Amino acid sequence: MTHLKKAALLVALLAVSACTNPDRFGNGDGGGPGGIESAELGSPGDPTSPAYFQQTIGDRVLFAVDESTLSPEARSILSEQAIWLLDNRDYNAVIEGHADEQGTREYNLALGARRASAVQQFLIAQGVSPDRLQTVTYGKERPLEVCSAESCYAKNRRAVTVITAGGIS
Amino acid sequence: MKKLAALSVILTCLALLAAPVAQAQERSGPLRIILDNPTIEPMPVALPQFIAETPNARDYAESISRVIASDLIGTGLFREIPRNSFIQQVTSFDSPVQYADWRAINSQALLTGAVSLDSSGRLVLKFRLFDVFAGKQLGEGLQFGGPATSWRRMAHKVADAVYARITGETGYFDSRVVFVAESGPKNNRRKRIAIMDYDGANVQYLTDASSIVIAPRFSPNGDRILYTSYDTGFPQVTVLDVSNARGRQLDMPAKTMSFAPRFSPDGRTIVFSLTEGGNTDIFRMDVNGGSMARLTSTPAIETAPSFSPDGRQIVFESDRSGSQQLYIMPVGGGEAKRISFGQGRYGTPVWSPRGDLIAFTKQNNGRFHIGVMRTDGSGERLLTASFLDEGPTWSPNGRVIMFTRESQGADGAPALYSVDISGRNLRRVPIDGAASDPSWSPLLP
Repeated sequence: MTHLKKAALLVALLAVSACTNPDRFGNGDGGGPGGIESAELGSPGDPTSPAYFQQTIGDRVLFAVDESTLSPEARSILSEQAIWLLDNRDYNAVIEGHADEQGTREYNLALGARRASAVQQFLIAQGVSPDRLQTVTYGKERPLEVCSAESCYAKNRRAVTVITAGGIS
Repeated sequence: MKKLAALSVILTCLALLAAPVAQAQERSGPLRIILDNPTIEPMPVALPQFIAETPNARDYAESISRVIASDLIGTGLFREIPRNSFIQQVTSFDSPVQYADWRAINSQALLTGAVSLDSSGRLVLKFRLFDVFAGKQLGEGLQFGGPATSWRRMAHKVADAVYARITGETGYFDSRVVFVAESGPKNNRRKRIAIMDYDGANVQYLTDASSIVIAPRFSPNGDRILYTSYDTGFPQVTVLDVSNARGRQLDMPAKTMSFAPRFSPDGRTIVFSLTEGGNTDIFRMDVNGGSMARLTSTPAIETAPSFSPDGRQIVFESDRSGSQQLYIMPVGGGEAKRISFGQGRYGTPVWSPRGDLIAFTKQNNGRFHIGVMRTDGSGERLLTASFLDEGPTWSPNGRVIMFTRESQGADGAPALYSVDISGRNLRRVPIDGAASDPSWSPLLP
């Protein structure tokens, strides 16, 4: 990807996240409650809207400790995600891989990358073009839940498919 | 971005004539702390306030005395004798030492000094160190001169000289630490690259909090810092020039993420992790650009590479065996030898500047430890234990390790701690606010 394209993608990313996902660069990956402008997202009842993708299908899958294999539940969610992406080709996606705090910073970056990649590979296998999917790892830098217990860790070990403006290959 | 004052301060240093000797008396051995001794009793030392030889140097004399005492006592190797128990009052730098008076309060060593400030703002700091029971001066008197603004560095240099004369090893006080200054709640952390004196003083920020920054590492001469930045939205290795705080992202192949960079001992090449298609391997490249060499090639996670001080080998972590373990490979890649075999998982290995030990993070039974082992994996010792300790960095003399300790729970926050490689003297580095990912500079020139 050229720098220009990368820059364009980022501008698009920022623009989309600014309206659909106001805390993307604030509160973790923006999965926190509240603050979502439904006008920009579209209605969760509208199957072509990012809101539908995020809330009705589910934009995230969870992982077991130190694992990047997809559970049956995860595969089921990702199959729905793939169908949505195939039906809504105006959008692309950035897949964020995250880890819980039980691990060293560097290892968790690599683990987050594995998780994001597992999701990416699954979506590609379902027919989504690789050109529409980017991955990024946050390691343990962006926890969603803040307690130091398995109840929080389970939600932090996640890969989130963030819908972005499309049109860039 | 804030511009930094030049790091290097030109300090002059010259030997002074020996102090007049009041009396000389022999005793069995020299004044010496053997750092490898497993049972070190802190040595009682007398640290009378340095003399202000010009009236405008009084505040400097007081502050310099305080920093020297803090350096020495902070090692855990010395115990300061309260000044109110002194018999001889040191009123002049050249007044003869009454050894009997210092012996009577069981002071093993005595440090005297004086500070003067001339009209051009130049500070002169001189000191003498005495072996009280031998009744003689230990080494020659020394004098440091420089701009008054570098009074703190001069104080550290005095403490380094005292440490060196008593332990026979180089000190570590005139050094800096680059780290990540953190603020905000756990789910909205703001991170900035910051630099400070080793003791937490003089914190300066090198980046703003606009993107995530991770794990800064000093170049061997302290002029550059490597770190991982999310400036582009993706983790990417960045090199920053300390003198102007200007950062430059290194060119990496498209659709890759890069992190965990470290300099080679000559400062020309770097090793780092590159993630492509979800797989993380170790690569080496010229820091000024050029071709990239792949050093590992497995489907496992390979990260946290660190050079040996001779630049010939690289220690790193890999989960190729199924869990995180430590390996050593030749600098050009090739067959790696596993060195960690204990219970639990091992990560973030860092080669000691002396070459003898490797510090690491260990996870076992839900606890984190900072530990050291010899380069063949033998002699493993865990120095700390907590909810989350990670990311060791070595003092320039290889005697102390600084690391990140994060507290537990929703209000948990990281702080910097240091510990002796003996496992003694665990201390929190006093910094306002949360801090993580320390990297210790070499001793400043």
